[in-house]
Amino acid sequence: MTYKTKRKIKSFLMKLIVALIVLIDVYPLFWMLTASFKEPGEFVTKPAYALNSGFYIQNYIEAWTRGKMALFFKNSLICTVASLVLIIILTVTSSFALTKMRWKGRGLFDKYFAFGIMIPVATCLIPLFQIFQKMHLINTRTCLILVYAASGISFSIYLLQSYMKSLPDEILEASVIDGCGIYSMLCRIVLPLTKNAIITVLVIQFFFKWNDLLYSMTFVSSTKLKTIQTGLLFFEDEFGTKDWGAIFASVSICVVPMLIMYLFLNKKVIEGMTSGAVKG
Amino acid sequence: MNKVLGNKKAVFWFIAPTAVLYSIFVILPVLWSVYYTFYNGMPGIKWEFCGIDNYLRIFKDKNFTKALIVNVKYILIVTTGQVCLGLCMALIFKFWLKRFANLIRTIVFFPVVLPTVAVAQLFAKIYEIQPHYGLLNSLLDAVGLENLVQPWIGQASTALGALSVMDIWTATGFYAIIFYGALLDISDDVIEAARIDGCKAFPLFRLVLAPLLRPMIITCLIFSFTGTVKMFESATALTGGGPGGATKSLSMYMYDTAFTYSKTGYGSVIALIIFLICVVGSAIIRKFEKPID
Repeated sequence: MTYKTKRKIKSFLMKLIVALIVLIDVYPLFWMLTASFKEPGEFVTKPAYALNSGFYIQNYIEAWTRGKMALFFKNSLICTVASLVLIIILTVTSSFALTKMRWKGRGLFDKYFAFGIMIPVATCLIPLFQIFQKMHLINTRTCLILVYAASGISFSIYLLQSYMKSLPDEILEASVIDGCGIYSMLCRIVLPLTKNAIITVLVIQFFFKWNDLLYSMTFVSSTKLKTIQTGLLFFEDEFGTKDWGAIFASVSICVVPMLIMYLFLNKKVIEGMTSGAVKG
Repeated sequence: MNKVLGNKKAVFWFIAPTAVLYSIFVILPVLWSVYYTFYNGMPGIKWEFCGIDNYLRIFKDKNFTKALIVNVKYILIVTTGQVCLGLCMALIFKFWLKRFANLIRTIVFFPVVLPTVAVAQLFAKIYEIQPHYGLLNSLLDAVGLENLVQPWIGQASTALGALSVMDIWTATGFYAIIFYGALLDISDDVIEAARIDGCKAFPLFRLVLAPLLRPMIITCLIFSFTGTVKMFESATALTGGGPGGATKSLSMYMYDTAFTYSKTGYGSVIALIIFLICVVGSAIIRKFEKPID
């Protein structure tokens, strides 16, 4: 075999492996989309891998109305957005105080907040249930918002700190000379300079909160308040295992917004992942 | 400068609200669950001190041992799978991809952002055998491997494997991107120099890249380890712990004990053990951080 043919085979194999990786990642999603447009009869008469013969929109209407996807969607959105606002306000101020401000006990609080990264969700669950019961917050959105925000604090501070550490002190010094107080320094200097880090935190926390199942299935049982994840989990109770079309449609309703959002934000996500964020 | 940055009032307002929320909903529950472990029954109803009975019970509880074994198997399979495949993919991105590199990196990250429950519902249908074949079984059927058609998540022998495949599928893209970021930080001069010295692909990885990537591999192992110890959401959504407890993890066993059977004290012991496994396991992985030589 000549060097050239050897090279050609090698490059072909490389392409094949790359294509295979892409196929494995994309095909299940593609299959889900095609299946969500199938008529009920198609699941019985044709093999599962067959394409949809038409666009049977009824599945989506079923999922959205009878499956209450509209309601779950709204609940998830309220809980997620409210907790994200809390997380950002709390952690930006705290990270600033922990990295740039000078006070006694800074190191101590630093360790205190970092400790939370190690705590598994499951460990807090039983006492949290009791705490919320005493506060009469079981089965409310408030308890989800509070616990979402609290559980996001450690990781967000960790991410933000690594960015803020790289802010040069000279800029802060200059702003003080120009007459900035601490609050205006935070709003006018630090906030614009850490904008990218804040977006990264927002995106990462959004995915965490939106995808939460454990908290919402433990603290919320009334159908009116269920989030999209718990709603989806108990979907089969509503439709039975036979109505594949509606199930696929509801899964698609759940998945497609995430994909679209990711496509818009993917630069920020990937940047956040590959730059200082995770390396610390 | 010092005066502005040492503003005590501002520090208070910046730290206090966060600390309060964090203390009440993250730290306090951990301490509280330690207190629960010494009690029997349910708070409010038949709540009595029982010493270390709950701890002793663990050694006699077969269901606990079973859940622990399932959980350990799952940790080993999924952590190895996620980190190894992620690393391989990152190497492919770095050395093989020329065209469409950005597009492919975007696609590989797709599964990471999807909601766990939705992915589990999708995979449940892929593995389905009744009332009609799901994607996997119908593909096997089509290529003439009928004897491989089986209820993938309906039987104890394959359920944990099927679950692991799903979780590896979901998270590998995440590790691929992190490793890729670390690879980009390795200067091309280093790789070039090794090549000139006659390094082939495998020795290049073993002698040059692996040592440089070591801190990142450790970080990823810890990430994946702490993620898999928690094993709850994907298993709940795909198999519900079945069949016959073949995919029931510690977290799920704790959940059942505490919320279905109302044994709060005993559930707290299990919760505490999950926490300890998390801390001790991460500490052990960290031990590999600094090479001995």
